[in-house]
Amino acid sequence: MEPLLALVIGGLYAAALFMMLRRSIVKLVIGLMLLSNAANLLIFTAAGLTRGVPPLVPEGLTRPDGLSADPLPQALVLTAIVISFGVLAFAVVLIHRAYEAVGTDDLRRLRDTDT
Amino acid sequence: MLAFAILSAFAVAPLAPWLHRRAPAASSWLLALLPLMVTGYFLTLLPAAADGAVVVRYPWVPGLGIELSFLVDGLSLLFALLISAIGAFILIYSGGYLAGQPALGRLQLLLLLFMGSMLGLVMADNLVTLFVFWELTSITSYLLIGFDHEKGENRRAALQGLLVTAGGGLALLAGLVLMGMAGGSYSLSVLLGEGEALRAHALYLPMLLLILVGAFTKSAQVPFHFWLPNAMAAPTPVSAYLHSATMVKAGVYLLARLSPALGETPEWTALLTFVGGLTALTGAVLAVRATDLKRILAYSTVMSLGTLVLLIGIGSETALAAALLFLLAHSLYKGALFLVAGIVDHQTGSRDVTGLRGLRWTMPLTALFAGLAALSLAGVPPLFGFAAKEMVLETALGTGLTVTLTVVISAALTVVAAGLVGVRPFIGEPSPTPKAPREGPWGMLLGPAVLAGGGLLIGLLPVPLIDALLGAALSAVQGRPAVLTTALWHGINPTLALSAAALLAGIAGYRYWNPLRRSLGALDRLAALAPERFYERAMDGLVWLADRQTRLLQNGDLHRYILTVIFTLLVLVGYTLATRHPLMPEISAQLLFHEAVIGAVILIAAVFAATTRSALGAVAALGAAGFGIALIYVLFSAPDLGMTQVLVETLTVVLLVLVLYRLPGFTRISSRARLLADAGVSALAGATITWLLLLAVEVEWSPTISGFFVDNSQSLAHGRNIVNVILVDFRALDTLGEITVLALAALGVYAMVRLRGKER
Repeated sequence: MEPLLALVIGGLYAAALFMMLRRSIVKLVIGLMLLSNAANLLIFTAAGLTRGVPPLVPEGLTRPDGLSADPLPQALVLTAIVISFGVLAFAVVLIHRAYEAVGTDDLRRLRDTDT
Repeated sequence: MLAFAILSAFAVAPLAPWLHRRAPAASSWLLALLPLMVTGYFLTLLPAAADGAVVVRYPWVPGLGIELSFLVDGLSLLFALLISAIGAFILIYSGGYLAGQPALGRLQLLLLLFMGSMLGLVMADNLVTLFVFWELTSITSYLLIGFDHEKGENRRAALQGLLVTAGGGLALLAGLVLMGMAGGSYSLSVLLGEGEALRAHALYLPMLLLILVGAFTKSAQVPFHFWLPNAMAAPTPVSAYLHSATMVKAGVYLLARLSPALGETPEWTALLTFVGGLTALTGAVLAVRATDLKRILAYSTVMSLGTLVLLIGIGSETALAAALLFLLAHSLYKGALFLVAGIVDHQTGSRDVTGLRGLRWTMPLTALFAGLAALSLAGVPPLFGFAAKEMVLETALGTGLTVTLTVVISAALTVVAAGLVGVRPFIGEPSPTPKAPREGPWGMLLGPAVLAGGGLLIGLLPVPLIDALLGAALSAVQGRPAVLTTALWHGINPTLALSAAALLAGIAGYRYWNPLRRSLGALDRLAALAPERFYERAMDGLVWLADRQTRLLQNGDLHRYILTVIFTLLVLVGYTLATRHPLMPEISAQLLFHEAVIGAVILIAAVFAATTRSALGAVAALGAAGFGIALIYVLFSAPDLGMTQVLVETLTVVLLVLVLYRLPGFTRISSRARLLADAGVSALAGATITWLLLLAVEVEWSPTISGFFVDNSQSLAHGRNIVNVILVDFRALDTLGEITVLALAALGVYAMVRLRGKER
């Protein structure tokens, strides 16, 4: 699965960067979301994939029985997912306000506008 | 006790503005008590220092081997006494100079800070401590030159002084580090005993050159001399204190201090005598060309600093003794003359020697002290300056013809400068001045009286204290016991003849000053080569470069920023991967059909989002990719991630759709070529990430941190979901930070939504 995921993550990165290179601020934000998803998946995959053994301690034991998935990258990625959602919510409202004030979603025209 | 004496100025300085507000008239006298007490304390150290160096250590940064350690020997005591004793009179003088002005408190603060820094510099034993104090003096000098900061000219002069001296300070730091490495210690007291090893070390030349750049910039040697005359923008007490008596001698101090460790090599002698001699001549010529009292004195100071460097470069016992005598004499008469110039400026409103005449009737005491100091500067017996000049000439005669000529010519020109500053304004018919001249107040006369009187006293009588101090200093510079007397009379010998010749030539030069000035004007054609031009061009070039690179890097175009990031990634990651790893990783992993389908869905959704014209379509594709990723999390043992991803993805899509509803649809605004180029760059970046990941999953790693969490989740935190335990227990503070970020984002969103409501 790792080679396929490597391909998928590369595709996500390419699509995200391409969208961020566009002049529409909406595309920029969508690209940013794709990029954070891609980065999360990258960390998750790079740490090693394990099928079907979540890091849980069964009832009656003090530690998982045998091999289980690595909990650390999961904790990191979980934090990242939530933070990126906070960023997105803020960015979305911000571009909406900017559009109302300036009347364009073209970044090229936004940069000189002093409103 | 020693550290307390040295650092007390830092403790008292912040109180100065407060004290000045409470007692404007008395504050300077009260503050002067501190340097007087410090002077007294240093005098008690003299007997111990005369017997040999005393080192006092306090740990500062033990981990880095940096300690706050002080070295007390004759040389550091000589400087420390000059700094604290002259400091006391400067503080009293400032009280008269800025009487009734609110800025006085700030001046007192800065003067005390400077005094502390300078004392630390000359007493420091650890090289790093020395450097810290060295830079502190540069910074206080910057603040003092720009004291009257409302004038652009002053700010420029201050910045120039700072850049030259602090730039040299960086070279000095490098040199000191090299010396510390070569000598195996950062303690001066240790390094001074390792002269043989240091001089034979492979790093000797780089070390010497770097340290010399530091010393030469600080002590205004050619080609760095130009900052010192410009520093005359400072209030006169500052010029007298920093830019004549103490700070500019820090470079000389350093050279004298290091001469047992680095001196007496051909490189040392050649560099110091050449630069010192050239500086002495340059300073002497420029002093005679100038017409502003303070500039004449500044150039004359440059001449003296050059002579000191020359003498230390020669390095014989006579030369070093001459350097110490000359240093003490110079601090006395030049300090007095600067203070006199300040009184003249303060009481008449002018500093132009061509317009000031006949002040002896209105300012008799000032005239007396000025005359005494000028005679000492000119080297007329029985003043102390004569004894010092005799020693200098004796050294020069013993060294060679070039040095003798240099010394005699600069001595003659110095006589002219002495006449211009200390004699000319006071004799002749009184001429009108901007302010009606009046004798200066007592506080301002005290300093010149003591300094000029000191020059007379030491010249006339043998003062045992001064002899003991200079003898101890000479022993320290030489690294072996020595005796030094300030005896005036050396008998009739060639030295005396040379001295008389220089004096007569100088008097003639003074008599025919105007023609002399005009003929020296021919040298102005060399001005195109003046180092100051190079400084200005370098500064212009720096501004130009900053402007260009800002336009290039900070141009406000997001497209270019992102491209810069991508190319940086491609170059750094691509280069590392290509050079350090096998090009093709081994691919061996099983692939299940349903997993392949999910991967394909994510890929197709990503490509669709990037290429579609419909905003809604792009959001839908983003959602599809997000849910696909959630499924992957679930399949590979991360149910918590899957759950979170599903929730967040749902909210994201809802939010985007709500907002996009109000925004215009996508239109194609980029050209076809731009689209293709961007697509190529993005694909390249994506391919690099794929390559990186293929290599990264092969890497073996040791899961010690994870192992701790897995083993202790139940026993320590009583939780069965390990991911959950990490977030809310082991790393709970991180999660608190995350919650804060979300709360801030929510506040921001709320504020923006409310703001719109109000506008309507």
